[in-house]
Amino acid sequence: MSSTASTGWVIALTPPEWRRWLLTDTPQSRWQARAGRAYLGWAAFARNPLAMLGLLIVLVLIGMAIFAPLITSYSPVVSGDTVADRFLPPGGDHWLGTDGHSWDIWSRIVYGSRTSLLIIFMVAITAAPVGIIIGTTAGYLGGWIDTALMRLTDTFLALPKLVLALAFAAALGAGMENLILAIAITSWPPYARIARAETLTVRNTDYIAAAQMSGASSLRILIGHIMPMCLPSLIVRVTLDMAGIILTAAGLGFLGLGVPLPQPEWGSMVADGRSDILNQWWVCTYPGIAIFIVSLGFNLMGDGLRDVLDPREQ
Amino acid sequence: MNDNMPMVEVKNLDVTFDTGRHRVRALAGVSFAIAPGESFGLVGESGSGKTTVLRVLAGLIRQWNGGITVAGKPLTPDRDKDAKRAIQMVFQDPYGSLHPKHTVDRILAEPLQIHGIGDIENRMKDTLEQVQLGAAFRFRYPHQLSGGQRQRVAIARALILRPKLLLLDEPTSALDVSIQAEVLNLLAKLRHELDLTYILVSHDLAVVAQLCHRLAIMRTGEIVETADSEKLAKGELTHPYSRQLLTASKGFDRAAIAAFTDL
Repeated sequence: MSSTASTGWVIALTPPEWRRWLLTDTPQSRWQARAGRAYLGWAAFARNPLAMLGLLIVLVLIGMAIFAPLITSYSPVVSGDTVADRFLPPGGDHWLGTDGHSWDIWSRIVYGSRTSLLIIFMVAITAAPVGIIIGTTAGYLGGWIDTALMRLTDTFLALPKLVLALAFAAALGAGMENLILAIAITSWPPYARIARAETLTVRNTDYIAAAQMSGASSLRILIGHIMPMCLPSLIVRVTLDMAGIILTAAGLGFLGLGVPLPQPEWGSMVADGRSDILNQWWVCTYPGIAIFIVSLGFNLMGDGLRDVLDPREQ
Repeated sequence: MNDNMPMVEVKNLDVTFDTGRHRVRALAGVSFAIAPGESFGLVGESGSGKTTVLRVLAGLIRQWNGGITVAGKPLTPDRDKDAKRAIQMVFQDPYGSLHPKHTVDRILAEPLQIHGIGDIENRMKDTLEQVQLGAAFRFRYPHQLSGGQRQRVAIARALILRPKLLLLDEPTSALDVSIQAEVLNLLAKLRHELDLTYILVSHDLAVVAQLCHRLAIMRTGEIVETADSEKLAKGELTHPYSRQLLTASKGFDRAAIAAFTDL
């Protein structure tokens, strides 16, 4: 082999500058060290094709929610001609058809993604922090605080999601806020239990002992040392739960306790079309497919995240 | 502080672990004194209570009876920041004693932040030099370090608060043989340079002989013998249990083991 050919190989195999910067053994700043670590995680995630499919689905969902006005030609809430545009089959201008209110189904599915994402987002940012704070505090401090917090958790764990949501809807009226509140209140106890279990495995390690010896307060140890160790399994669990949250929201919508009409919500769309399922199959089917694909996407992404973040699986 | 005052004085230290079903008396009236700048070894088999002594001094075990004085101040189970700062510890397993999600930078900076010490940059640079790690290691995560490098980071973390007393819990037993000598030499050098007092727990008599001036041999929660390490080197221990431990440390010898009695 000539020397020019071997030089060519070397050049081809040398990673680009940005990649070398990320993977260096001697980072020059905290930020570079963190970026390198994140890149390694991303590389592991990207090796899993199913996880990438899940991520793609979630990104498409987010894109749909953001660009809803650009990708729909009809309003989701202003109905067309109540006679001529009613129950139009898929094809033509209404390419997923119209429903009994003469609403364009594609528009309602696209705008319905906003509803779903909002519910997921609100539940995730309320239930997950509550869970991690209660779980780590109980696990780290132990004693009567642990007992009190975990019995409280058990109490909330005993509340059935659907029944609680029914009660909320009955007492406060059906609506997005009450739906989110009901799901959030019944979602945090599992997070608290996971966070507590992780905390118990971490609290007696030498690095926590070293932090205690250096004079760190309990608050500092909880936030700076214990919570970072609980986060990976919690992120995985929350991601996997997102499919469940969508299904719960859709189920409540189906029962008529979710987001009231005319606001588009996939569960209530399925419910709306169920009496006409044999003649106008498209009314139920398309929102059902949307629920199915998005739940699948979150589950695939959650599985991929678990492979990357949860060291026990490795 | 006058020169005759010991750096550490432990009197009748008693520790009982109560797990509900079992009561284990881990320490039964342990007393010793260590002069400033001295290196003191605690030797014994597993379960002899040597690590318990260390963890009481470290403040990690809070229920004990007896009197402990460090640098002239009586030590209580609840300590303020200054008391904590004066006593630092190096743990046995460098793979478990560094937070896996913190960089070396954060591991070393945090104690300084807690104690409100400025000048973090210089202190960190000096301390990394003291443990013979370059600035290149500063932003690495523990998983990017070898066992010996991790133990140096752990030593740096203990030193960065400039303690008076350093507790060493088998600091070399989890390391490769080739690295053990390096870390022991480093510890010997640091004690000399920084005027530290050491308490070293080990079951390895060779390590104790190399690093310590005096040693105490412990068994079932009591000190059976205190001796100079010269006596250890010459094999002049007097208590029968110490002699058996010494024989056992020289390697397996069927005749010698057969001669052991259950003391």
